[in-house]
Amino acid sequence: MRLLSALTGLFLMALPAKAAEEIVLGLSQAEVSITTNFDGSEILVYGAVKRETPIPDGAPLEVVVTVSGPSTPVMVRRKERRFGIWVNTDAVEVDRAPSFYAVVTSGPLSEVLKRIEDLRHRISIPRAIRSVGAPMEIENPTKFTEALIRVRTASNLYQVIEDGVKVDEQTLFRAAIALPAALTEGAYDTRIFLTRAGDVVAQYETVIDVRKVGLERWLFKLAHEQAFIYGLLSLFIAITAGWGASAVFGLLRR
Amino acid sequence: MQIYLPIAEVSVNAFLLLGLGGIVGILSGMFGVGGGFLITPLLFFVGIPPAVAVATSTNQIVASSFSALLAHLKRKTVDFRMGWVLLAGGLIGSGLGMIVFNYLKSLGQVDLLVTLCYVIFLGIIGGLMFFESLRAIRRTRKGGRVKRKKHYWVHGLPLKMRFRVSGLYISVIPPVLVGASVGVLSAIMGVGGGFIMVPAMIYLLGMPTKVVIGTSLLQIIFVTAFTTMLHATTNQTVDIVLAVLLLVGGVLGAQVGTRIGVRMQAEQLRILLALLVLAVCGKLALDLLLKPAELYSLGPVTG
Repeated sequence: MRLLSALTGLFLMALPAKAAEEIVLGLSQAEVSITTNFDGSEILVYGAVKRETPIPDGAPLEVVVTVSGPSTPVMVRRKERRFGIWVNTDAVEVDRAPSFYAVVTSGPLSEVLKRIEDLRHRISIPRAIRSVGAPMEIENPTKFTEALIRVRTASNLYQVIEDGVKVDEQTLFRAAIALPAALTEGAYDTRIFLTRAGDVVAQYETVIDVRKVGLERWLFKLAHEQAFIYGLLSLFIAITAGWGASAVFGLLRR
Repeated sequence: MQIYLPIAEVSVNAFLLLGLGGIVGILSGMFGVGGGFLITPLLFFVGIPPAVAVATSTNQIVASSFSALLAHLKRKTVDFRMGWVLLAGGLIGSGLGMIVFNYLKSLGQVDLLVTLCYVIFLGIIGGLMFFESLRAIRRTRKGGRVKRKKHYWVHGLPLKMRFRVSGLYISVIPPVLVGASVGVLSAIMGVGGGFIMVPAMIYLLGMPTKVVIGTSLLQIIFVTAFTTMLHATTNQTVDIVLAVLLLVGGVLGAQVGTRIGVRMQAEQLRILLALLVLAVCGKLALDLLLKPAELYSLGPVTG
């Protein structure tokens, strides 16, 4: 029965027919500039639902917003006690984990989104991380993905904010997403899902561009493209600063 | 005031970094140690990624050591001849150390071995210095004169050379060996190696404490400059913004430290350094022995 409803869901998704409800979206900023005094940023995602028919009866409209930073492979290591000291023993490579991931919803995630929809759209944090083949000798590799989520949640890189989206009259919605200071550069995929009774009825995707600007950009480029000159520059600064302090103190003593 | 570091890709309080640099600078000026064994763990604690912390602290050591060296030059407490001999050994040693380091890396567990290296070396050196200085202080209290041993076994070796500033006439073999072993360790442990070289120069070579500090600074500058270049060109992990903040604090601290150091007696200086070394050693040992709060750690995938 569940399978049947899932299949029907798939069939409906595949229909090219014009969706009954569409998202019109606005972002407070489509670009985040990392400057020298960058201290995190807040992005306001707001929008409206465009429809040509009256508001359908039944379950109310719910909204899920996800923002995802660039994904990279991550090595997760576990410590164990060996000969009285704590040593890294097992390691599992997680194939792809976003550097930042936020899920903001208009209600409890389990209520606004069915499991099957979560699987299909990879919305919740565990779904956004891809981990295939852990080594055979590792007993429970899921512990490693859980640890990854725990560590990144603790440093605010992974966030789940239920009730973070305000929906008015089933038409207007807005959500604030706090980006932490420790951001990496890249394209941050932003997705908005409209759901009714846990089923996704409409979705919209856009990109927030996060990049270093000014001095930050220049130094980063120099370090990667002209590494030798960058190295000499850092040594030059070090020697000059050392000499400068000595000279200043010499003058002060006189 | 928060500041975003372009290479480390984290945002840190600028005054915190200035303060860290300042404390390490004072120590560097007082004891002639680069402070790498102290600043690297402190940077981890602030939340700088380990690779960036190691590479950037070598650059900061260049600055604070250079500032401290200038102060020592004015006082003519640098034995250049000894410095060059140590440096020759040091460059050979750091080349060897890099090979050893890469071999350990291929085995995995490099973090553990580095920490164990720290605990063992800091423990032995700190302990030895502490008890030796205590004995020396007790001798001076009793009114007896401090006698420096003039004849070590190292004085019997060939290839003798006169080191006028240190007042020594010894073979070049022991200084080259001291320099080389410090080079190996500094490549493995990612530090200048002053905390090992200073006691080695005092107890193995029999150099006067005041000369030892300036001379070890000379060697440290070259070894850490070499390491900075290696990190910048191979890993791109030197963060200039982080380095500038640390070294502004560091160079000022080094000047203050040198002045404190001159006013203090050699034995007191040594006992303080010994206590500091033992404290860092104890902290690292505890990290190995106590159950960590988070058993899992994240790292980039290499290779």
